Amino acid sequence: MSFFNKFFTREKKEDLNQGLEKTKTSFFTKLTKAIAGKDKVDEEVLDELENVLITSDVGLPTTVKIIERIEARVARDKFLNTAELNGILRDEIVNLLSENNTVDLEDYDLPAQPRPQVMLVVGVNGVGKTTTIGKIAFQHTIRDKKVVLGAGDTFRAAAVDQLKIWSERAGCLFFSKGMNVDPAAVAYETVDFALSHQCDLAIIDTAGRLHTKLNLMNELGKIKRSISKRLEGAPHEVLLVLDATTGQNAIEQAKHFSEATDVTAIALTKLDGTAKGGIVLAISDQFKIPIKYIGVGEGLDKLQIFNKKAFVDSLFE
Amino acid sequence: MFESIHDNLDNAFKFLRGENKLTELNIAEAIKEIRRALVGADVNYKIAKEFTDKVKDKALGTENVLKAVKPGELMIKIVFDELTELMGGQSAGINLKGEPGIVLVAGLQGSGKTTFSAKLANYLKTKKGKKPLLVACDVYRPAAIDQLSTLGEQINVAVFKEPDNKNPLEIAHKALAFARQNHHDVVIVDTAGRTTLDDAMMTEIREIKEAIHPTESLFVVDSMIGQDAVTTAAAFHEAINYDGVVLTKLDGDTRGGAALSIKYTVGKPIKFISMGEKLDTLDVFYPDRMAQRILGMGDIVSLVEKAQEQFDEKEAKALEKKIRKNKFDFNDFLSQINQIKKMGDLKNLVSMMPGMGKALKDVDINDSAFKKVESIIQSMTPTERANPELLNMNRKNRIARGCGQSVHEITAFIKQFDQMKQMMQQLSTGKGMGTMMKQMQNMRGFQG
Repeated sequence: MSFFNKFFTREKKEDLNQGLEKTKTSFFTKLTKAIAGKDKVDEEVLDELENVLITSDVGLPTTVKIIERIEARVARDKFLNTAELNGILRDEIVNLLSENNTVDLEDYDLPAQPRPQVMLVVGVNGVGKTTTIGKIAFQHTIRDKKVVLGAGDTFRAAAVDQLKIWSERAGCLFFSKGMNVDPAAVAYETVDFALSHQCDLAIIDTAGRLHTKLNLMNELGKIKRSISKRLEGAPHEVLLVLDATTGQNAIEQAKHFSEATDVTAIALTKLDGTAKGGIVLAISDQFKIPIKYIGVGEGLDKLQIFNKKAFVDSLFE
Repeated sequence: MFESIHDNLDNAFKFLRGENKLTELNIAEAIKEIRRALVGADVNYKIAKEFTDKVKDKALGTENVLKAVKPGELMIKIVFDELTELMGGQSAGINLKGEPGIVLVAGLQGSGKTTFSAKLANYLKTKKGKKPLLVACDVYRPAAIDQLSTLGEQINVAVFKEPDNKNPLEIAHKALAFARQNHHDVVIVDTAGRTTLDDAMMTEIREIKEAIHPTESLFVVDSMIGQDAVTTAAAFHEAINYDGVVLTKLDGDTRGGAALSIKYTVGKPIKFISMGEKLDTLDVFYPDRMAQRILGMGDIVSLVEKAQEQFDEKEAKALEKKIRKNKFDFNDFLSQINQIKKMGDLKNLVSMMPGMGKALKDVDINDSAFKKVESIIQSMTPTERANPELLNMNRKNRIARGCGQSVHEITAFIKQFDQMKQMMQQLSTGKGMGTMMKQMQNMRGFQG
């Protein structure tokens, strides 16, 4: 296990750097361009900074917040060198990320108790729920944990097959009752299965649903209740999967899903495919829910534990 | 955010009172509001800026902005007209000329390509009398081929697949031969999702395009996409020079600013919009409605159209006659409920009404509100359904047992039914709206 730890730490950093390459280059080439030929942080530089932040999907409220903070600093220090802007921005971003008081996890790890840990995975259509589940299962399986995947997406065509293939790739157990059955029943029985097979972790998939569909959101509540019915205190984690290419609607999604199911963590997928890592800032700023996983590539091992420090380092390196 | 654009603009114009001419200076605040609103709707920042500059020029050139009762409203009209014009243009259908016509479907992961492919096949089959063939060229995502096969079965359209073949080019080629042999007149090629950063995958889609010479290439994009819409749309455009764009997942509450960004960047028309997972929810794109949506003005036209589509004129005439003769019974009531249900998700419907989007966010509109009523009616005998006056205590008791509700609830329902019947009769005989509204309010108690 320690071998894996070492192995992954080195690789992990490279993946993160690579995954964020697009965010980074576009963020900083834009910023550099914005302040080229200027020696003072003035209105115009701040305007450009606003442009840079917004086009990175940081969103209006969070952008305004960052700008106001920098403005306050400019007012205080009277004269700010543009060369210092990078450092200041970094400070502010670190501040913003740490304000929601979430602890950085170092690696994939499960709490010692209780067993099994139950994770319910929710999100809108096409964000990558099933893929994320496969990747999380893989990380725990290689750490000698016994994992079962529950096929709770009984609605979308071939969703069960898709999850089954992922369980094979990850080398873990798989529980399904087929298509078109009550997902709450699947969830209940997955926990049952995990208990009788002494699993460390049960991850339950759900069908993608738009957060505006009330009856589908209510169904999530039912799924969650049926899990607690079988195992008190479960699910221990409700993971909301968000697509990093999504714009400001991601905020709405986070809002509605937390209302429906008390989301405890967020996985942000497809970060490698977008220049817009900025949504990380918007979500950290506007929600108390920690971002726990980020997807930085397509490979089985390309889902990382989100680490604020590493993220900011990677952005500013 | 956008529900308040009217207020914000009105505020921005307040200080204009007393001035008789719009100037760069006094319009600045309003322009900023508009830009912020657009950015909040996920319109690309740069585009929002260029767009508002244009709006500014227009507004400065408009003589009577200040004479208007509400300059804010007039500004919105200018914005709305500009948006509509920008997103509009040639709304040509798709090109299926060829033997067979070939449609290539491409886009990012999770944008909804496979679902769209099935919807398009269903549309071409049911509305255009075509004999489509779906081709499963996503050889990467686990079970993608199964997904397309299942959808194909649901709409009764043939699916060409080679589960063991990992070469999408080969599969596409064989599919074309198969289509010609089996007289399919349209071939829809579903491809794997790809990020624009993946050079190998972008090369692959280019090669597929060059190999099969599609008569129509479509770029499928999630309407919730953010600022990256511009780069993504441009990269796919460079790779396959698509003919049109498909916006998916518009049944959510996204403002869909991407529609503007994409049209602005690549100049290609948006040909279809896709809402919901039912395979018959494919719509043609209307720029004016999209403009309303981006501006948070609701989509009343779509609502009316949806209603019309489900509206059976003969049935309605018969119903009207029945109402007038006071013959409206439980069967009619049930078929009314079914009509409403056919129009789709209730919340989705109501949210199309202007101003309702926000108001409804926390309101419980549940499709299952009907369930209770349905179960009561379905527990009645056919004779009872046709003759509501038959329902005595004995019968009510039996119905209560049948539908698992209390007799009290059955009685309450019947009372409401009578009220409604009365109300409808009043309506048809032209008695005042006031009475009706009052009765509607009483009705609202019975919902869940």
